[in-house]
Amino acid sequence: MKKEGRKLDGNSFLLVITIALFVIMYIIGIVLFKDQGFAKTQNFLNLFISNAGLIVIAVGMTIVMITGGIDISVGSVVAMVCMVLAWTMEMAGWGAIPATIFVLVIGLVFGFVQGWLVAYLKIQPFIVTLAGMFFARGMTAVISKEMISIKNEMFLSWAQCKIYLPFGGYTNKKGMVIKPYIYPSVIIAIVVLIAIFIVLKYTKFGRSIYAIGGNEQSALMMGLNVKRTKLKAYVLEGFLASLGGFLFCLNTCSGFVEQAKGLEMDAIASSVIGGTLLTGGVGNVIGSLFGVLIKGTIEAFITFQGTLSSWWTRITIAAMLCFFIVLQSIFAAAKEKNKK
Amino acid sequence: MENIKKLTSKRLFMPIFCLAVMLVAAVIASPDFFKIGVQNGVLYGRIIDVINRGSEVVILAVGMTLVVSASAGTDISVGAVMAVVAAVTCAFTAGGQQSVNEYINNPFLGALLGILVGVLCGCFNGFLVARLKIQPMVATLILFTAGRGIAQLLTNGQITYVRVESFKMLGASIPGVPIPTSIFVTVIMVVLTMVLLKKTAMGLYIESVGINSRAARLVGLKSTMIIFMVYAFSGFCASIAGLINSSRIYSADANNIGLNLELDAILAVALGGNSLAGGKFSLLGSVIGAYTIQTLTTTLYAVSVSSDQIPVYKAIVVVIIVSLQSPEFGKMIRRLKAKSSAQAGKGAA
Repeated sequence: MKKEGRKLDGNSFLLVITIALFVIMYIIGIVLFKDQGFAKTQNFLNLFISNAGLIVIAVGMTIVMITGGIDISVGSVVAMVCMVLAWTMEMAGWGAIPATIFVLVIGLVFGFVQGWLVAYLKIQPFIVTLAGMFFARGMTAVISKEMISIKNEMFLSWAQCKIYLPFGGYTNKKGMVIKPYIYPSVIIAIVVLIAIFIVLKYTKFGRSIYAIGGNEQSALMMGLNVKRTKLKAYVLEGFLASLGGFLFCLNTCSGFVEQAKGLEMDAIASSVIGGTLLTGGVGNVIGSLFGVLIKGTIEAFITFQGTLSSWWTRITIAAMLCFFIVLQSIFAAAKEKNKK
Repeated sequence: MENIKKLTSKRLFMPIFCLAVMLVAAVIASPDFFKIGVQNGVLYGRIIDVINRGSEVVILAVGMTLVVSASAGTDISVGAVMAVVAAVTCAFTAGGQQSVNEYINNPFLGALLGILVGVLCGCFNGFLVARLKIQPMVATLILFTAGRGIAQLLTNGQITYVRVESFKMLGASIPGVPIPTSIFVTVIMVVLTMVLLKKTAMGLYIESVGINSRAARLVGLKSTMIIFMVYAFSGFCASIAGLINSSRIYSADANNIGLNLELDAILAVALGGNSLAGGKFSLLGSVIGAYTIQTLTTTLYAVSVSSDQIPVYKAIVVVIIVSLQSPEFGKMIRRLKAKSSAQAGKGAA
């Protein structure tokens, strides 16, 4: 009992660090870029608006990472989803609803194939999803090498539907009240986040995922169906990746080959920064949300600063991922010592 | 029958068989595959092209084989490291300018600096994997994504050109020598590595660390050190490959140098009959695998598949190979066989 308490402390400590880091960074932002409107409510909401897709994808990533696996194909899947959406609506003349359902099915199938290879053939998740990554990116190029912009009216109306919030507004110089707004994608992302939080915490499936990630052998001994649970986790993750891709597409309204390059890194980094252990068994989607928000804040810094190259986002994220991984391994080493 | 079984059970049988199949496919796709001509005093032809262009993949595969063997993981940063090395070398040689027609700084010093940075990248990966015990792919994922960003910063987001004839020698050919230079470099790299592994106990050490790193430590091997060195070596291989590639296009193009080559290198190792789960390895197998991949690439180009579509085919090949290698797959087949024979038995009864 005592040991468990200490273990929880270590992990929630990581979560606390993450939240504190986010708050500190945001305050620094407010201090540095006060004149440019960093402190406005809208700026905070923009973090959600521009990262709605990433939130959903990071949640999916957290699920597979808790099982002890990983999925580096998500960035390419997003590109493929955007391209399929754009192609079906613009070139094939589909409606927005069938196109959306079609990409979600693609995500499920993609997740099923990867999950089957990982769970039933026991191939390393990294190799499977590396192949998936190149496959999806290549498929994007097979569909079209040119960029396709989406002009479907229904799709655009989804993308541009502003939902005004009743609070947090301010009055501008002309005396008009400007209310902060969000897009429907933010609501979808938040709903997914809460749903997965509940699934992971209170359902048998969710608890099995933690058990498998903690120790696969013991989970098997306990009578859990390890293979099927893993497969389900990957299918769910594939679905979330395509849903995230759909939300991402609502932001960009186009499909092209180079889209969302390196997004897998952002998703993995968000999960790890949010306290998910790379070794599996430990993780929390709330932490992943803060991971995404930290990434968003770094991006906002670079936009507000204006002169830095956008490559800096990637480099900073990589450095942060590195820092948190090192932190994790130090914690792990300390735990090992305690055991002895 | 006995003889056939003996032949097929040889370690290098599968890699050579794959290469043969690929070559046949290549000849069918383009009948003039084996034709060799001479152009500007240099050998010319599709087969030469495969051997020449395959240099990078072969060199990367050499490093990758050792990484896979010792750590049961792969180094996916090699492509990005190539870009970093090219950026360092070109930026130094061009003195920070965007395009030069003569050397501003000594190119040898530039190359040396590039190799040094490449090895440092390898050491960074090695430190994360060996010392901090992070899964190899996550550790190398850091450089995989950040590497190209670093390369962009070094070249100020531009493509740095070094338009000097002697800079192109490494990727093209030295005047008077009919064989492309990169082939020599490849042969030297492969032979040196083989000699190093066979003449010293290093090869054995790497295998034993890969089979069971704890056991290896208990018999007195420094597992951590060996894994670290293997990653540093992979960084070195990536630097050489980066220099060759940079010399081919006499520039540092941070976005395109070594693009997707990590997949090729992993594929080469898998095709070479090496298990991606680590342990025993065959360097020669990987080299054969690398040429098989390059033949595949060249053939796909020949039937006019564009470069950004090629990964689709390669990804499918990777999945098939690793599926066939997986012990679970074997079990599944055996179970199916048992089932069908049991049914046949029932039918007979």
